[in-house]
Amino acid sequence: MLDFPRWKILSITIFLAIGVLLSVPSFIPEAVASRLGLGNLPRINLGLDLSGGSHLMLEADTADLAKQNIERMEEVVRTEMRRGDQKIAIGDISTTGGRLSFFVRDGAQLDAAVERIRTLTQPSGMTGQRDWNVQVVDSTRIVVTPTDAGLSQATNAAMQVATEVVRKRIDEMGTREPNIVRQGEDRILVQVPGLQDPAALKALIGRTAKLEFKLVDLTADPSQVAQGRAPVGSEVVPYLDPREGKSGIAVKRRAMLTGDELVDAKLSYNSQTNEPVVSITFNSEGGRKFARVTQENVGKPFAMILDGKVLSAPNINEPILGGQAQISGRFTTDSANQLAIALRSGKLPVALKVVEERTVGPELGADSIRAGTLASAIATVAVVVFMLVSYGRFGFYANLAVVINVFVILGVMALLNGTLTLPGIAGFVLTIGTAVDANVLINERVREELRRGRVPTQAVEHGYKEASRTIFEANVTHAIAGTIMFVLGSAQVKGFAVVLLIGIATSVFTAVVFTRMLVALWLRRARPTHINI
Amino acid sequence: MRLLKLVPDNTNIGFVRLRVVAFVVTALLTVAAIGATVTRGLNLGVDFVGGLMIEAQFPTAPPLDHMRSTIDRLGVGSSALQQFGDPRTVSIRLPIAEGDPGATNAVVGKVSSALKAQFPGVRFTRTDTVSGKVSGELIRNGVLAVILAVFGIAVFSWFRYEWQFGISTFVAVVHDVVMTIGFFAITRLEFDLNIVAAVLTIIGYSINDKMVIDDRIRENMRKYRQMDMKSLIDLSVNETLPRTVMTSVTVFLALGALLLFGGHVLRGFSAAMLLGVVVGTYSSIYVSSSLLISLGLEPQRFGRKPETARPEAERIGPKA
Repeated sequence: MLDFPRWKILSITIFLAIGVLLSVPSFIPEAVASRLGLGNLPRINLGLDLSGGSHLMLEADTADLAKQNIERMEEVVRTEMRRGDQKIAIGDISTTGGRLSFFVRDGAQLDAAVERIRTLTQPSGMTGQRDWNVQVVDSTRIVVTPTDAGLSQATNAAMQVATEVVRKRIDEMGTREPNIVRQGEDRILVQVPGLQDPAALKALIGRTAKLEFKLVDLTADPSQVAQGRAPVGSEVVPYLDPREGKSGIAVKRRAMLTGDELVDAKLSYNSQTNEPVVSITFNSEGGRKFARVTQENVGKPFAMILDGKVLSAPNINEPILGGQAQISGRFTTDSANQLAIALRSGKLPVALKVVEERTVGPELGADSIRAGTLASAIATVAVVVFMLVSYGRFGFYANLAVVINVFVILGVMALLNGTLTLPGIAGFVLTIGTAVDANVLINERVREELRRGRVPTQAVEHGYKEASRTIFEANVTHAIAGTIMFVLGSAQVKGFAVVLLIGIATSVFTAVVFTRMLVALWLRRARPTHINI
Repeated sequence: MRLLKLVPDNTNIGFVRLRVVAFVVTALLTVAAIGATVTRGLNLGVDFVGGLMIEAQFPTAPPLDHMRSTIDRLGVGSSALQQFGDPRTVSIRLPIAEGDPGATNAVVGKVSSALKAQFPGVRFTRTDTVSGKVSGELIRNGVLAVILAVFGIAVFSWFRYEWQFGISTFVAVVHDVVMTIGFFAITRLEFDLNIVAAVLTIIGYSINDKMVIDDRIRENMRKYRQMDMKSLIDLSVNETLPRTVMTSVTVFLALGALLLFGGHVLRGFSAAMLLGVVVGTYSSIYVSSSLLISLGLEPQRFGRKPETARPEAERIGPKA
């Protein structure tokens, strides 16, 4: 007990000093730190509930995704069947029921058709499964069904793109340090600190921004259109703004151009009416296509369709050759700007919906920090005073350990780039209460050993030895609870569990190892014949 | 300097003698807690039932009837209002608006502008929207976490010690969880994600407490082979009593600070934890330790195996 080698003292001191030093940057305001050139030091981030901001959980519409996946396959199959010298005529194509099914007109070509489609499928996943199943039904129909592996591959690909698109859109809004991460199969977590109004953010993220230019079908009978029916090869699309007309407009199904061929989109103003519009620039291929279609259809109207709603349907007055166009549609400056951002960042491969939203105002965040700091300070003072009157010198050592522990916890959190949340503060305060438990155990044990008539040195030695085992057992079980919270908990609970787990680890060190060193050094120096504990 | 001793030296309280009374009281309280939970149900927050929650802070306490009628006139569904300890802070709960993300925005916008018109100076400090799907997952994960924690720890103490310790700990911890949930059913305090964290922490704390006493029981079983189990448990509980009280007081002090000064968001959490500390301490003494006797734990049987190996041994070190 008494022989505490110098290297041990040194390493414990250095270890704790590093821990405490690591916590220092977190106390310096961010602006000051970066001015001092300390901006890169690890620091604790404040959770949204403390800094104020929005937390959004977005979920992909998987049904929409599966539908798109099949429609894409339909396109591929159509092209494939038309390819080469031997065209295969197909008909009665259906994409309902989560599968693509069609009829091969010439029975003799059935095997050739199956063969061609098989070459379109790819191995997917670990099991060697292919992404699509090709089957022949009733010896005339071919049914193509996506496999589970194929679907999850498609979801994965779409989610990767979607995450990037969401990131681009939020970056364009100019908010600071957004956190955007994929969660699980089909979710994206978006955390934006310091945001006052999440409505604009949601409007921006929630928009698929699928832009299409389609020719208006002039052959459609207006009374049929009013009932939502359109001629073959056309469809009725509703107006975004109902003031334009209630029933929508009949347009050709085939898009003459889509937003995929954009290179830029920005807010500008129409030179005649001065109303806000979005100016778009096509890439070279898109520009050529646009020029060709507009040349062929001068005088006819075309529709600009965003996410399945018609923005406007102007006439083509003259061929548009420069690869540039303006999208009009009763915009305000804000809404035109938002659309420009959405178009610039590309369309979302899948519709996203908000399944969870938590917004904390900056005032409440500041209140919580204030309240949390006050509660921590009062808790610390109360515990420190109580320990001091209960155990005297030994209480003082325990207090020193607790205070150092507080800083070490913060230091470790900063090192792990952790986030302090409001429940985290609760975990912090609780740790202050429980951290002294180890010292209570030790000190009570020392008291007992003294009562049994041991001399001080031996009583202390026994006290530490016997209590250490108990402390270890008790903390292992405590850590089990903490780990379960961390693994299964939601974001808030995790924040609490992290602090609790770090606190358990560091408090065992400070309460057992560090106080033992302090006590040993004192015993060696003072050689007391009696200890007051 | 004379030091403070909350518990005098060498106490000899006959805890075990009172165990029949304690069992009856415990059983009654447990039945009451379960009964309250079943009949009254829990006041589940939006985390668990889904919906929209808007927290508003008013300059002066608003009349709730007036607020309710203002919101009900908007036709956004039936609202539930609740004060957060402080009468100036009111949470407004509404059903979630079906449809695109814009629908919820519209509801929040309508409610906030209507309230701003009626109560100038109101601030909206927090909004939570949780869809039914997510709230279902949150419930599932919360229940799973509590079950895993209870079982995981019971299994740990079963492996580490004897099966009797595993069972007595398990029963005591289930008791603590039931009591805490019953408390929320009776007080109608909102049960949200933070409370699940509190329940898990209570489990951790309560186990911690039981481990200390169990550890001492084991130690004494090795020391005093011939002592009968009742006196042995009384001795162990009495020996650890100063520590039990000291630690409860320190945790109480810390949580008290949190309850009084930690702000309204953490109030439910702090209240749950405070109750959990009391219940957990009680169950360490009266549920888990006393149950060991009923489960037939005997010092002789426990020590047999190492005895044949080292018959001369007076004390045997820890198993590990």
